[in-house]
Amino acid sequence: MVVAALEAGAMRLVAADPKALSLGLRPRLGLADARARVPAIEVHEHEPEVDLALLRHIADWCDRYTPVVAEEMSDTLILEIAGSVHLFGSEARLCEDIERRLAGFGFTARTAIAGTSLCARAVARFDGGGIIRAGKERESVSALPVAALEMEEETTLALRRAGLMTVGDVAARPIKPLAARFGGEFVRRLAGVIGEVDPPLHPRRPLPLLSSEQRFADPIGLEEDIATAFDGLSHDLCTALEQQGQGGRAFEATFFRADGATRRIEALVGRPLRDPAALKKLFMTRLDALADPVDPGFGFDMIRLCVLAGDKADGEQIRFERDAMEEGAVTDLVDRLTARFGLSAVERFLPVDSHVPERAARRVSAITDAKERGKWQAGHAGEPPLRPILIFTPPQPVETIAEVPEGPPYRFRWRHVLHEITHAEGPERVSPEWWKSEKEPKTRDYYRVEDRQGHRYWLYREGLYAREAGDVRWFLQGLFP
Amino acid sequence: MNRQREIHALRERLSALEPVGLLGQESRFTLGSQRVDDALGGGLSRAALHEVVTFGSADAAAAIGFVTGLSRRAGGPSRAMLWVRQTTGEAEAGKLYPHGLFEMGLDPRSIIQVRLRDATGVLRAGIEGARCEALGCVVIEIWGDPKILDLTATRRLALGAEESGVPVFLLRFSRKVESSAAATRWQVRSLASRPLEADAPGHPAFDVTLVRQRAGIGGLDWKMEWNIDRHEFEEQALSRTVASLPFDREDQAAGAARWRQAG
Repeated sequence: MVVAALEAGAMRLVAADPKALSLGLRPRLGLADARARVPAIEVHEHEPEVDLALLRHIADWCDRYTPVVAEEMSDTLILEIAGSVHLFGSEARLCEDIERRLAGFGFTARTAIAGTSLCARAVARFDGGGIIRAGKERESVSALPVAALEMEEETTLALRRAGLMTVGDVAARPIKPLAARFGGEFVRRLAGVIGEVDPPLHPRRPLPLLSSEQRFADPIGLEEDIATAFDGLSHDLCTALEQQGQGGRAFEATFFRADGATRRIEALVGRPLRDPAALKKLFMTRLDALADPVDPGFGFDMIRLCVLAGDKADGEQIRFERDAMEEGAVTDLVDRLTARFGLSAVERFLPVDSHVPERAARRVSAITDAKERGKWQAGHAGEPPLRPILIFTPPQPVETIAEVPEGPPYRFRWRHVLHEITHAEGPERVSPEWWKSEKEPKTRDYYRVEDRQGHRYWLYREGLYAREAGDVRWFLQGLFP
Repeated sequence: MNRQREIHALRERLSALEPVGLLGQESRFTLGSQRVDDALGGGLSRAALHEVVTFGSADAAAAIGFVTGLSRRAGGPSRAMLWVRQTTGEAEAGKLYPHGLFEMGLDPRSIIQVRLRDATGVLRAGIEGARCEALGCVVIEIWGDPKILDLTATRRLALGAEESGVPVFLLRFSRKVESSAAATRWQVRSLASRPLEADAPGHPAFDVTLVRQRAGIGGLDWKMEWNIDRHEFEEQALSRTVASLPFDREDQAAGAARWRQAG
């Protein structure tokens, strides 16, 4: 079987399976030539986006080995394993674990471990893989062909023409002429491959501040088992947070299913959190509320809990004072509600400095710590409220009957019901905030009115008679108790 | 009456100084009007579910205003409260307007608002809140008669309130009155206010019926006003002119002069 793609007007092989390779078919060979050599060949069109999706799927799965997984050139995954080797006993065991499990899914993986990602990649792709001991990088890649540097074809050809056949040959040359001839990128690549400089990785996912994981010899799937796992994970994570004098603001749990599927669940909190019980409860609520629940399939063989973002939190929080304790309980509640219903469903009110009523307040997610800038408008002592408790945005147009200039109407129709005004007060004039890019700003004259049934409304007239262009229209903006 | 209020204020201040364990000695909160509080046996129970029923959206502002007053009475000016609304309610009766709530005596900063589409979510959020001891109160608004709001659901709310000591106000915009586990059920309608000078609309006014209460007599009617300076309900005094003057065509000629000018 081969995979082919259109390249410069002709179909060329992109990849070949072991059997095709054994028949002498190589990537870059023209498809017509390949067919001539092996008439019964099975050809598939190259679908790079499918390849990439598969690689990402595998990358997700690789998160079980380390939170730091980077994609490299669409066919390689780089895992930063410094912190994970001890979990497997040795580097060899870790490699073996990866290869065995991926083989179980039907993939052939070549693994290499080295001090730099480029060196590991070269060894995996051009030398069948292996473990390069620290300091032996240059030695171990010397014999590889210059193609292992993976530069553009012209560069590789130019090196060969210059008689430099192996990486070792190139590395033995003085750097400066090479840099002058092939450019800085070439030099950086060479340094990476021979293990001198490790270019920074670009992990696929933000690096967690802290993470804690638990593996299960027998995959788990029951809710109580997951809850028990979260007990331990939350405890570990919170202990670590405490040592750092921090609290988490964003958490992520990753569920690794035994069959290779992974699922991530994030949870944000309103204040730095490092209370294991609250953290556990947060995630259990979140899991319970998912519209698309986490499906354990045949069970999870690993769960990781990470802190993605944190904030400084003072030492042992004083838990005696009633205010502090209540505040804590309220933020916990907000966190749980947000975890269950989403950021946009759980809100607080903030005042905004604006004369236009519908702009004078805004709603923000209750877990953000946005600061207030405006002030709440206080009424006058002995006077009824000046502002309604309910507001329509946008205001509702009403039909007025028996209008008088410069005063409220005597009757108005709202939602098909005629209201006869018995009491009214006004106008309170709200001038347009033309500097806030309003289209055709108009003056509003507000009236507090009461109808015969004892309902109180906030009406306004838009536009001034004979002074502003356009029609004068009436709107109902709010309801008073 | 003044003395009682002073004692009450002192108690409130004292309880604020006490550690949490001793909280809840004050198992009731008063509405402020002596006759109403007496009929309730000294106020409304904190650790209970109270139902406020109103028919559809016409009296929504009255019902929400009444509950705003209850919330202020139950939680004081600054304790956090949870207000769970159904988005249907926003279309019917508008969005909560913090400036207006502030004038009624609530601190908008202490309100956590949850807005959800379906009644199931609203009840879930409400129960979550009812179990949180730190709240001053929980308000839950349900529109129509969702099946989910049955006796069991109200029992769950009542139980949450009993265990946490946090009063739960269930606002139901519905014509059907069904059995529930609430300690009290109120029905609220808008009431003509006592007009101020120059015929300006007066203070928030409510026509309130205590339909039933578990531990006392029901079927009591009051005409109440909310005093926005003292933050208490008081019975509406018989106004100077009981009904507003009949609409008079001739009056119109006077035009704007009939209305009080603001500002």
